[in-house]
Amino acid sequence: MFRRLPDIAGDRVSFTIDGRPAEARSGDSVAAALLANGVAACRNTPVSGAARGPYCMMGVCFDCLVTIDGTGNRQGCQVRVAPGMAVETQDGKRGVER
Amino acid sequence: MSGHDFDLAVIGSGPAGLAAAALAASRGLSTVLLDEQPEAGGQIYRAITETPVRDRHVLGPDYWHGAELLGPLRDSGAAHWPGTTVWSVARPREDGADGGRTLQIGLSRNGTAAMLTVRHVLMATGALERPFPIPGWTLPGVLGAGAAQILLKSSGLVPSGRTVLAGTGPLLWLLAWQYLRAGAALDAILDTTPRGNWRAALPLLPAFLRSPYLGKGAKLLLEVRRKVKVIDGVTDLRAEGEGKLSAIVYRQGDGAEQRLAADTLLLHQGVVPNLNLANATGCAQNWDETQRCWRPTTDDWGATSVEGVSLAGDGAGIGGALAAEHAGRVAALDVLHRLGRIDRAERDRAAVPHREALERALRGRAFLDTLYRPADIFRAPADDTIVCRCEEVTAGAVREAVRLGCSGPNQAKSFLRCGMGPCQGRLCGPTVTEVIAAERGVSPAEVGYYRLRPPVKPITLAELAALPKSAADIAAVDKH
Amino acid sequence: MAEPNQGKAGQGANQRGGEFDIAVVGGGLVGTAVAWGLARTGVKVAVLDEGDIAVRPSRGNFALVWLQGKGMGMPEYAGWTRASTEIWAGFADTLRQQTGIDVAYRKPGGFMPVLSEQELEDRANAMKRLHNQPDMVRYPYEVLDRAALLKEMPFIGPEVAGGTYCPLDGHCNSLRLLRALHAGLERSGVAYRPNHRVDRIEPRDGGFRLTTAAGEIRAGKVVLAAGHDSARLAPMVGLEAPVRPQRGHVIVTEKTAPFLHHPTGYVRQTDEGGVMIGDSFEEAGFDTTLRPGVSSAIAERAIRFFPLLGKLNVVRSWAALRVLSPDGYPIYEQSATAPGAFVVTCHSGVTLAANHALTLAPLIAAGGLSDAFTVFSARRFHVPQAA
Repeated sequence: MFRRLPDIAGDRVSFTIDGRPAEARSGDSVAAALLANGVAACRNTPVSGAARGPYCMMGVCFDCLVTIDGTGNRQGCQVRVAPGMAVETQDGKRGVER
Repeated sequence: MSGHDFDLAVIGSGPAGLAAAALAASRGLSTVLLDEQPEAGGQIYRAITETPVRDRHVLGPDYWHGAELLGPLRDSGAAHWPGTTVWSVARPREDGADGGRTLQIGLSRNGTAAMLTVRHVLMATGALERPFPIPGWTLPGVLGAGAAQILLKSSGLVPSGRTVLAGTGPLLWLLAWQYLRAGAALDAILDTTPRGNWRAALPLLPAFLRSPYLGKGAKLLLEVRRKVKVIDGVTDLRAEGEGKLSAIVYRQGDGAEQRLAADTLLLHQGVVPNLNLANATGCAQNWDETQRCWRPTTDDWGATSVEGVSLAGDGAGIGGALAAEHAGRVAALDVLHRLGRIDRAERDRAAVPHREALERALRGRAFLDTLYRPADIFRAPADDTIVCRCEEVTAGAVREAVRLGCSGPNQAKSFLRCGMGPCQGRLCGPTVTEVIAAERGVSPAEVGYYRLRPPVKPITLAELAALPKSAADIAAVDKH
Repeated sequence: MAEPNQGKAGQGANQRGGEFDIAVVGGGLVGTAVAWGLARTGVKVAVLDEGDIAVRPSRGNFALVWLQGKGMGMPEYAGWTRASTEIWAGFADTLRQQTGIDVAYRKPGGFMPVLSEQELEDRANAMKRLHNQPDMVRYPYEVLDRAALLKEMPFIGPEVAGGTYCPLDGHCNSLRLLRALHAGLERSGVAYRPNHRVDRIEPRDGGFRLTTAAGEIRAGKVVLAAGHDSARLAPMVGLEAPVRPQRGHVIVTEKTAPFLHHPTGYVRQTDEGGVMIGDSFEEAGFDTTLRPGVSSAIAERAIRFFPLLGKLNVVRSWAALRVLSPDGYPIYEQSATAPGAFVVTCHSGVTLAANHALTLAPLIAAGGLSDAFTVFSARRFHVPQAA
């Protein structure tokens, strides 16, 4: 798990993870915000159903895919968390309409 | 004269891209700097303008050097488009409207795709961590050390709970040092550097002794070794857990299996060129035996095999941040020459100081490459190890495909789907090549690499559908 | 370390020096299906293939097992195709029993949606003309208006005017088919030889000598199933294969929960979840460079059929080269001047795989093609075409 260093700049940002209130800092990617909130696993794979979480944090591994504001398979490490954002973990394949 | 949006597009705003764009624009080329991230810096200087880490000692002076590259970019007049994903670079057909003199860049910004027309493309796509396939590396709680460093730089996050670093290479030690500075505890470092590497690296030591790395590196290593339990000579490594990491199992030399309870495992065994865009653009690439990786083939000026496409920095072969900066300037001078802004003599003259600096920055690199060359078992792992994370293909499945007659990664890809997922082979390509090479008993150079196609990053079907189309394009699909 | 599969046949005492009953040139879907069928008859087979990088339509095709609309101008082709769709399920079962690989063949019936009333009328007329041909082997189909199509596919776009439907149409996982055929070859003792591009074929001592990039191979018979390269090889043994490449772009999306339960001629959802879109026809030689505008045009048309596809991420795209004869139909022929040499080439390597393995291969093993194949001879291209 990850914790925030004590002397850190940045405003607090409120968002939700699977409907539960959560808090991040401005400048956090969604993937960083998940890790900071103790969520290491953000999805189950569409192939075997195994749990996965952020791995590369730079947009190349596609393991941090999550549903953001209703759109599935977004790269959590490439999207900045925003106030009120609804982040959802995923189970298997995305749906065609989300 | 054909129409174009910019003379030059620089792709990637790490040290090579920042330096190249600033130099090209300051000498009069209309230049755009494109980058996927929301701000400049690349991975090495990630979050350089807005890191929340206030204590400058945590990230260290090498990181803060990145800030010096931003002023020249601002002053140069180059357009800077962060948050822009490049998914394609192509030269339109010679019979096209522009006679094939320009290049078209497919990009995506804020969910909208567009084509940008330029006269020259300079790719500065940098590096990514070399895949470190061990059993259990897909478990939540296992991340790249580079990923952990990004979390530190951009969010001020450090691991809590039981934390282990494992692998080999300078970045592993740098991260440990930064964690110590930040007051984060590490349970252990499992050093997988093969013991035999020292022997191979020794003849290269003299050059390293004159390198800028030496003083800094030695001091950093000693400090980490004094404060963290370091287990050398690790020959076997796996991560275990149900749904997330709970333990690390390792073996030291020929010793018995050891087990460490852990919440976070940070893996690293060097970096390799991020070559997907160059490969998909059709740039030839070659196998670098010393660095054990593919690199796009470039000349002394960074020119690739594709007319109008250059490459600078780690994306053309690993040299580190300082080397990338100087290589970016050298490549930019060549672009100025190619686009008629300076003559050859001026290019050569202007490049002299940058070449000297580049040479200094690369001094000792061969020593590091040889010393930190990952062990065979961590480049071509045992059968039960997943190599393709997206499609969950194991090393054993790749070996089985070789037994069916697959002689290279493209046939293996069609048999197994390895490399077909959203990461497009970035996390399995090097491993698949090495596994096939070892299984066939030939060089990776003979085995080859994935042939990639655009889009090198996903775009939505709606974005693709909204791009401009010629009458011929539409006619091609209207023949039912 | 293991050599690529050289096959048991390659190691037998009779096979020293690379001698085989039959050499199949080409390791794509056509070559491996024929070789697989040949091996079932008990003959010693070698498959000579190129390497990892080659023009390989078998790695880029659209994976339909398709009948609808086929056979205009050659009713025998409709019959040949219908026969293959009828034995395809059994073929897939046999492959699964032999190799454990499920090639995901499904025959839920296929749709060809259209975007205007005029297009619907044209398509209905075309199907009628097709079935009015003398000697036509008929197959069932329906013309559906928009209301009827909506019942099957409630998510069609507002422009969709209806479409045609054929219950015999289906699809499979064609990459797994290729792998299953290769696995089947290995289990049947066929010598698969990659990196053996054939430079020259000479009739010699009642058989054939093949000079390849990796040495010489001798075989009693030779089957040219080399796709585009058959055009070069066929004249060496008194045959002709006047095929040309026609480029088609294919796009595939990320894995998506199942929603499209029937394949269509241009859009289908694979068993693994990706939506495959392929809808372009270009005469561009051997250039497989992707044109963004063509990809865009395909994407736009797919969204007009199924607007809900717009949100999906495209993860890969490529261009493949159809192997087309002048009339688009297959060429099956034995050489008159070099008996024992055969050419097998077609554009529908997936649809016809069952026929190639189970019907054509046994004939080749037994010595020759029946009279029913005369219509597929390349001699048809010598006859001046009536207007």
